[in-house]
Amino acid sequence: MKSAAKNQIVVPHPTKRRFYGHGIPGVDLDRLAGKLIVVEGADGSGRSTQIEALVEWLEGTGHATVQVGLKRSTLVSEELERAQEGNILSRTTLSLFYATDFADQVENIILPALKAGFIVLADRYIYTLMARDIVRGMDEAWLKNLYGIAFEPDAVFYLNVPPEELVQRTFAKNATLDYWESGMDLGLSRDMFDSFMKYQTAMEKTFRRMQTTYGFTIVDGLRSAEAINAELQKKISAVLAGK
Amino acid sequence: MKTFAELNFPGRLVAVEGLDGSGKSTQIYLLKRWLEQQRLKVYFSEWNSSELVKAATSKGKKRELLTPTTFSLIHATDFADRYERHLVPLLRAGYIVLCDRYIFTAFARDVVRGCPPEWVRGVYDFAALPDLTFFFKSDLEVSLKRILDGRPQLKYFEAGMDLRLSTDPYESFRIFQGRILEQYLAMSTEFNFLVIDANQLVEKQQAVVRELVTQKLRLADFHRAERAPSKPPADAHKKSKEEVAAS
Repeated sequence: MKSAAKNQIVVPHPTKRRFYGHGIPGVDLDRLAGKLIVVEGADGSGRSTQIEALVEWLEGTGHATVQVGLKRSTLVSEELERAQEGNILSRTTLSLFYATDFADQVENIILPALKAGFIVLADRYIYTLMARDIVRGMDEAWLKNLYGIAFEPDAVFYLNVPPEELVQRTFAKNATLDYWESGMDLGLSRDMFDSFMKYQTAMEKTFRRMQTTYGFTIVDGLRSAEAINAELQKKISAVLAGK
Repeated sequence: MKTFAELNFPGRLVAVEGLDGSGKSTQIYLLKRWLEQQRLKVYFSEWNSSELVKAATSKGKKRELLTPTTFSLIHATDFADRYERHLVPLLRAGYIVLCDRYIFTAFARDVVRGCPPEWVRGVYDFAALPDLTFFFKSDLEVSLKRILDGRPQLKYFEAGMDLRLSTDPYESFRIFQGRILEQYLAMSTEFNFLVIDANQLVEKQQAVVRELVTQKLRLADFHRAERAPSKPPADAHKKSKEEVAAS
């Protein structure tokens, strides 16, 4: 009897990978044993709850995990945070700063982890970064080229929660709306609540449009956390089995 | 891609490019002094000098954290910050903007580091082309000697050590600079570089630079608006009175 079967641990099935564009010099995607799972969604859509539950489940079933997210690179996260607080960066600059942060994590965390056979859980990926910029009117062809350094994850889940519910969840937690998550820099409305609703609606629309290109799974985020996690587990199990 | 003149900006951008040690910084400094002494609106901007991004870049360099991709992106971020916050507004206001290195530095260096040329060019395609680009073409050996004589301690990325060309920093620097020179020469025609023989004396080069700037820019268009001194308006006032009296 195979030891994997005895311990009921699924050994991940290797998959063919591809970059979205020009890729990263010196990186061979064929040698990555691990899996990259991305969870997308607005603040308050339940991303961290879902990721936490996935880590619990994955580790319980014998998989090593690593977590990454936006603005977490060693290289630029502090500087990016500081620049954003001051709200002094122009659009292209902010976009490139985020791309630098993303690239640093890809090369220094994601790729080494995948090479070592880890399951990498990403709290957002290029889709949020692109959607934010598209909503702000940046050139899509430019963004596509820029993020051609990214490779296709093994699964992408977009937790879809309508703005009306997002705003309620945000208030239940913080009682304030975040400047950026309300898209205040866009000048959509001087009323922050109004701006939040408009911005989140535009983001949702952009995600739905991007779904047709990038083919991610849209998950109904209004259900219970357990029900959502069960759906994610089912899909990830299929990924691990190479289906 | 268009130049600022083609985009109908009132300002003009002049860039200098060349290898480390080609003497381009000296030349653009002398050009700046000359323009300033003519009371023209001049602004100078240097590669890799954005206050915001600099901290991250130097951390990355010091700790050798940078890969070709992040090296490229962090320099693009630095450039974008200067471009959006300084260069474009000043060019809109009718300034002559002098840039010590422009996008061609990235085109040359990042490609030598292995980034796909189309990707690098795509990243920078938000930027307009300079109205004049001086390329200071020096013999590789002359540039190397200038750098190696002055600063014998070569920095890691400056020497291209990340490319693993050689374990000897000096040898690595030679190979790296040689490859960058090849990239520059390959771009020269495409981007209308004004090639200056950088093996000549400083004064000879500067004379050529000033001559070309005079020929290609209408310098009279860039005069600082003189703030009305207190005396002439009084005269003007008197004169108009006389005119009134005469009529």
